[in-house]
Amino acid sequence: MAGAKEIRTQIKSIQNTQKITKAMEMVAASKMRKAQDRMRASRPYAEKMRTVVAHMGRAHPEYRHPFLIERDAKRVGLIIISSDRGLCGGLNINLFKKAVRSMTEWKGQNLEIDLAVIGGKAMGFFKRLGGNVVSENSQLGDSPGIETLIGSVKVMLDAYDEGKIDRLYLANNQFVNTMTQSPQVEQLLPVIGDETDEELKHHWDYIYEPDARSVMDQLLMRYVESLVYQGVVENIACEMAARMVAMKAASDNAGELIDGLQLVYNKARQAAITQELSEIVAGAAAV
Amino acid sequence: MAMTLHVDIVSAEEEIFSGTANMVFAPAEMGEVGIAPRHTPLLTRLKPGEVRVQVEGQEEQFFYVSGGMLEIQPHIVTVLADTAARAKDLDEAAALKAKERAEKAMEDKQSDFDYAKAQAELAEAVAQLRTIQKLRKKSGG
Repeated sequence: MAGAKEIRTQIKSIQNTQKITKAMEMVAASKMRKAQDRMRASRPYAEKMRTVVAHMGRAHPEYRHPFLIERDAKRVGLIIISSDRGLCGGLNINLFKKAVRSMTEWKGQNLEIDLAVIGGKAMGFFKRLGGNVVSENSQLGDSPGIETLIGSVKVMLDAYDEGKIDRLYLANNQFVNTMTQSPQVEQLLPVIGDETDEELKHHWDYIYEPDARSVMDQLLMRYVESLVYQGVVENIACEMAARMVAMKAASDNAGELIDGLQLVYNKARQAAITQELSEIVAGAAAV
Repeated sequence: MAMTLHVDIVSAEEEIFSGTANMVFAPAEMGEVGIAPRHTPLLTRLKPGEVRVQVEGQEEQFFYVSGGMLEIQPHIVTVLADTAARAKDLDEAAALKAKERAEKAMEDKQSDFDYAKAQAELAEAVAQLRTIQKLRKKSGG
């Protein structure tokens, strides 16, 4: 019975792996549900924020905030949101590919790039690639509060204020559904106002208390923060969904492997029995 | 028909209140404001305090906010509440920390690089071991 023992050990070891991937699949599934809830819970704020900023874009204040003014770009900032842990299929790699494609495009236009990375995977990748990383934020856990992100965002906003960067982009995964997550790179600054006007077209303005400048400062800062926060929450939902799918595929593959090996094992066993029988028969005939 | 306001109170992490009201009071930075329908557009910061929402025929509702923004349109009131305690120097400290982390991680080329290298070496060693074992098995019969 040559090799039967080896095959048995191999089956055993694959079964152990399968147990692990199955457990990870289930953990990811339950975490995904929670992450989706959080994503939904944070959506109203982002939407309201967008409406208020859109209103403000249509108001006619005397003060024009720098976040609203387009200027010639020499250097751009990019905030990249990735996961902290791997084993989630091509999620991070697809995002990095997309980000790198945008970065090459900017480099083609002679723009320099500053990076703010959120998540351990992005840090590792862009360190190896050799990007200019100005801020880093990782180990956020599964339910990050907005306060954990303030630092990273402020580095970029300050750089924008000081004129070090002239545009700010955000790269993250968008949650389409459990099977699909699409990487995207979108512009945060300067704020692009949408022109879907209704009754606010006429000339009007807010009363600002205490003054337009400080109010707009704070509002736009919160606006960018909320977009980044939304991005992070969405990315976590993506991570969990991608991990669930990847682990399901791994469990299925392990099952197929086990089936194949089981077949080989049975054949070997059968061959050994047949051989033994024919030996006995041959022996008996000789006597 | 009595005129009403649509009130939304939201924070970054959840929606707190959404509905119609007759009057809303909020702790604006320059003093508390009471907002009735058809208020003129106003944009202001909020101090920590209570937002009170009066709905006709119901008891007044209270919501605590630790700061944030208030936007008023003639028939819409939006409160964008902060969840975290915010102060300029706190933000500054957080930003500095993020920068430091980046610098440290960039300088710390050793760790990540060596990890990848070690992994490659390990894979090689495992492959070598496997060949040796195979050879041994063959010669040992």
